[in-house]
Amino acid sequence: MTALAEGTVRPAAAEHVSRAAGESRPVGYLVGAICIAVSTIMLAPLVLSFLASIKAPDEARASPPTYIPQSFSLESYLKVFEYQAGLWTYVGNSLLVAVLTIVICLALAVPAGYGLARFKMPFKEVWFIILLAPLMIPYQALLTPLYLTFSKIGLANSHLGLAMVHTILQLPFSIYLMRNSFESIPRELEEAAKVDGSNSWQTLRSIFFPLAVPGIVTVGLFAFIASWNEFLSALIFMNKETSFTVPIMLVSVRTGRLGSVDWGALQAGVILSILPCVLIYLLLQRYYVAGFLNGAVK
Amino acid sequence: MIRALRKSEGFLYVLPALAFVTAFVLWPLAQLVYLSLTDTSLLGGGEFVGLENYVKAFGDKSFWRALEFTLKYTVFITPILMGLGFALALLTAPNRPLRQITRGIIFLPVVIGIGSSSLLWFWLFDQQVGMFNRILVDIGILAEPAVWFTKADMALLGVTISITWKVIGFGMLLFVAGIQSINGEIGEAALIDGGNYWQRVWYIILPLSLRVILLTTLISVIGSMLAFEQFYIMTGGNPRGQTFTSVYWIYQNSFISFKLGYGAALSIILTAIVLVFSTLQVILSNRSPSQ
Repeated sequence: MTALAEGTVRPAAAEHVSRAAGESRPVGYLVGAICIAVSTIMLAPLVLSFLASIKAPDEARASPPTYIPQSFSLESYLKVFEYQAGLWTYVGNSLLVAVLTIVICLALAVPAGYGLARFKMPFKEVWFIILLAPLMIPYQALLTPLYLTFSKIGLANSHLGLAMVHTILQLPFSIYLMRNSFESIPRELEEAAKVDGSNSWQTLRSIFFPLAVPGIVTVGLFAFIASWNEFLSALIFMNKETSFTVPIMLVSVRTGRLGSVDWGALQAGVILSILPCVLIYLLLQRYYVAGFLNGAVK
Repeated sequence: MIRALRKSEGFLYVLPALAFVTAFVLWPLAQLVYLSLTDTSLLGGGEFVGLENYVKAFGDKSFWRALEFTLKYTVFITPILMGLGFALALLTAPNRPLRQITRGIIFLPVVIGIGSSSLLWFWLFDQQVGMFNRILVDIGILAEPAVWFTKADMALLGVTISITWKVIGFGMLLFVAGIQSINGEIGEAALIDGGNYWQRVWYIILPLSLRVILLTTLISVIGSMLAFEQFYIMTGGNPRGQTFTSVYWIYQNSFISFKLGYGAALSIILTAIVLVFSTLQVILSNRSPSQ
């Protein structure tokens, strides 16, 4: 978790904040206690959900619920694994859509960022504003016309079609980030390549691309998380059971048979669905936080 | 112009992304405008009806109720997210191990899908098996487990609690970055002047964080105005359609009742409202490149 801080921090500048927090001893203890209380509250829903997922089904639907599991069982997980077409079908759908989203995002954002960062062109700011259009026009409003068009060209109920919609969501952020990463690469390197007789495409491939890897990783990371989690367009576009993504599958797990909710299976599903995002966040926190701060406010 | 662009190598690199945005954002937007002027349904139709859908929208009580509910939700949750987010940022901004870990934990739910988090809280809030109810009863806040989603106000409160848990780290992290970027010397000066901690917060940290606060507020307002998943999953629009948000009502019209033309008109109205906030956001964020 410390990487979260390293990404954001300018050591000297942050010093006064620390001192300003008034570090007399009693205050220090109080602050520590508040930190622990806040962390407990934030973690509690996840921990409780996990505990519910490993209770035996009878205990999982007991009222009132038990804090500490009195029984241990993986039955809820087995149920989720065997749900309808099988969990792997839905995970496969989600992964395929996420990978396609990453690929399309990078294929568009890397060249666009390079072009905007490194070349003069007429009306550059106009193009940039157009590229930011998806930030200003909510994609929720565009789903009807997109659905009608996609139905005509066979992209409705298709992984590629859904990935296109997810790309719309991520593109402005991706281009913004790539533009920044290319801008931060020293000009001398480019000059050297020109002297060597490389054309701009070769320069991109051999010089810029390797240096822009952190930016590329960040774009991919965000595209994955956004696509894996996206709900509304998956709900509208994927209307065949077997093409559901994980979030849509979860909602149908809840609906269950005979109208009664299988609480244990639902929590097992919740835990499985958040696992990839939590793992990525813990492992790649540095990229994640840097990208977040770079893209969210600017 | 075209000749100048053809000669511009850089434009060639930007072209694919421009084509994509044109095909999947600008063109659908034009289609949306056209659709809103027709009586298209998923089952057919498509006659041009002029402004009839808009006239209908203005007289549609359900639509106004959904819009009003969305505004109510936005007005209710935004101060909570900003105030609590800023307080947590003050708490976790110093780079001490415990505070950094707390910061990381508070941010964790931001990476979780809103579908998953809504289903998690749907369970926590359940009257029979819900753990949140059990905790509230055990610490004496409630006398008996509450039914959260059968009254509109309770539902609003429940959704707000769950979304606060989910997104509070978003604003907090932006505020932390803002606070940490404030020049240390300014704080030192105040320290010498003998200002206490809360005076420094009020006279230095808060004013210098205004731009970040404003931007974060805009992002948050836009998000709340477009809320859908949390209500779709937790309340289903109930009781009696009182918790439909704008996006939810558009979804109902377009994809449940198949009234695509009418849904398109509603979408245009919502887009126009959100555009005010998002334009402001883009202008603000491009104005000063610092931070």
